[in-house]
Amino acid sequence: MSKPKIAIFDFACCEGCQLQLVNLEEELLDLLGVADVVEWREAMSEKSDEYDIAIVEGSITRLEDEERLKMIRSRAKILIALGACATMGGINKLKNNFDLDDVKKCVYGKDANKPHLATQMTKGLDEVVDVDYYVHGCPIDRKEFTYIVRCLVMGKTPEIPDYPVCVECKANGNPCLWDEGQVCLGPIIRAGCGARCPSNGFRCFGCRGYVDNPNVDAAKEVIDKYGLNVDDLKTKMILFGSRQEPTIHG
Amino acid sequence: MAKTVNVNVHHVTRVEGHGNIVVNATDGQIEKVEWQVPEAPRFFEAMVRGRSYEDIQTIVSRICGICSITHSLASTKAVEKAMGIEVSEQADKVRILMHYSEQLQSHILHVGYLVSPDLFGLPSVVPLAAKAPEVVLAVIRVHRLANEWSDLIAGRTTHPVTLKPGGMTKFPSEKQLRDLQERLKKGVADLKAVAEAVLSAAGAIPDFTRETEYVSLKQDTPPTYTFYHGDITSTDYAGTVGINDWKTVANEYVNDQSTAKWTKWHRPSYAVGALARYNNNAELLSPLAQDIAKMFAMEKGCCNPYMNNVAQVVECVHVVETSIQMIDELLTTGIKNEKVKVTPKAGKASGCVEAPRGILFHEYEFDRKGNCVGADICIPTNQNHASIQEDFEKLVPEILDEGEDAIRLKMEMLVRSYDPCISCSTHMLDVQFVK
Repeated sequence: MSKPKIAIFDFACCEGCQLQLVNLEEELLDLLGVADVVEWREAMSEKSDEYDIAIVEGSITRLEDEERLKMIRSRAKILIALGACATMGGINKLKNNFDLDDVKKCVYGKDANKPHLATQMTKGLDEVVDVDYYVHGCPIDRKEFTYIVRCLVMGKTPEIPDYPVCVECKANGNPCLWDEGQVCLGPIIRAGCGARCPSNGFRCFGCRGYVDNPNVDAAKEVIDKYGLNVDDLKTKMILFGSRQEPTIHG
Repeated sequence: MAKTVNVNVHHVTRVEGHGNIVVNATDGQIEKVEWQVPEAPRFFEAMVRGRSYEDIQTIVSRICGICSITHSLASTKAVEKAMGIEVSEQADKVRILMHYSEQLQSHILHVGYLVSPDLFGLPSVVPLAAKAPEVVLAVIRVHRLANEWSDLIAGRTTHPVTLKPGGMTKFPSEKQLRDLQERLKKGVADLKAVAEAVLSAAGAIPDFTRETEYVSLKQDTPPTYTFYHGDITSTDYAGTVGINDWKTVANEYVNDQSTAKWTKWHRPSYAVGALARYNNNAELLSPLAQDIAKMFAMEKGCCNPYMNNVAQVVECVHVVETSIQMIDELLTTGIKNEKVKVTPKAGKASGCVEAPRGILFHEYEFDRKGNCVGADICIPTNQNHASIQEDFEKLVPEILDEGEDAIRLKMEMLVRSYDPCISCSTHMLDVQFVK
């Protein structure tokens, strides 16, 4: 079998997930041994219209970006969403909590209506095209990325955890950040990051998205136990999960 | 020879973010020379409104994956100043160590992976790895060292999670600091090898100068080649301007011929970045960094924008040598646990640090509960756009005889030399879509 051709693309984002690919260092060169990277604007001058696997970073915020993404989808056999902006819109979705005209005026004042500043509600990739695989996180975890690509090259389906960050956090032996008064989203957010943030004493802010069936009622119990209210949890949840939060009753 | 030239580079490669170059010349008459930025605007200043002071750094760190530590530090400093929060000397030192790790990460990535292919006449670092494996391996070792250094102090290589208003969520242990110090000492040899390699290819650095104003931080007490503390200065200004007054320096304005918000201080444009820091503070560099600058015969007052990349190499050595010293100081006093309790209050203030690619300003206002009511962010790449445009306007007539390929390459190299971080662009600049 010939080597699969990989192309890497980006939309509205910080490009920090592509940076994690560069951070693979020699492992990136190993990857080049099993696949041909035919386009990667951030790192290479070459460009190509032919590829088997498209790795796409960033969220969709403009009509022209939707068109470009659809074109990429039509050319690729497999499309991988790279990082939180691509998998669910990421931090850029915070914008969706405001009126769009207000957002533009806030930043650009009297220039707000210039055509190049046109913007729409932020979308994750799968709100525009079909996505085959998700590499979660902000930024992505390098090990998880190579695991997923290795699976694909070998024709296997990668297994992504569907249990909460608390599982990994407990395994790391960390004290619970709720005991320190931090509103940590560990109980409802998908693991796979090794509980990186709470292990460094920083609350989970949900960059990997929710587990498939988040137990929000249990989360509610936790809130009650610590004397907080649902709004405290909700404001933390919209940091990365704007307009997709599961309903919390009460 | 009829000098008819059409260069149209859509999305310059090997830069962070999206930028276009357009040149049209007919019969030696230049009709258009433009640096354009079509990056999708992301509206960070609007998105932070209503958010708790605790969440600001988590949001604005996402402005840029390459300078996420810098954005986190600038915003945290602004929050602390707005609320009158003091930070311990230990936390301050550890933050500077964290900041240095990002300078090294970003500079070595830029010089080693993105710029060096130009110097060696190759399209990317991949063929360079085949041509000069020992140099690329040295670059990789330094880059990994920088990443693991950030991992240790910031909790991650990108988007730090150990920073909080008032201090740190976690300090490295003394043993971890000692190990890091050993690795930094070993890294010096690799950095020298990288500097030698850049020197060997320095003939490929275009001979071009344009005198301009260079803006950076300046710290007098104690005199420091600063990235973190101090006030604003420039090569056109003998004094300093306080951080809260940064708007009197940046003077963001809309260009008559475009919708652009550019910046200017004493001239129609100014430049920021490693070369600006060098031109304001060179005598304060560490001894070995000064040696490296001498190797390249680099003088304070250098006005060749392409030399920004050499200044980055010099700064790599400086941050490593300085960090070795700082770790000694931390180990002498010993690492102590800190319990920080912050009470939010109303206030407004600016925070400033040097990003790898130049001076960065963040300003926030908070209500009495500590929720953000307004923000203004001015990033280094935006401050360089006017300078890139002015460089283009001087450069293109000088090289119009050299043919489209050479013109394109030199213009792309010029853009890369500034190390632009266009996805940072919180404000859109100079966008004119050419049919």
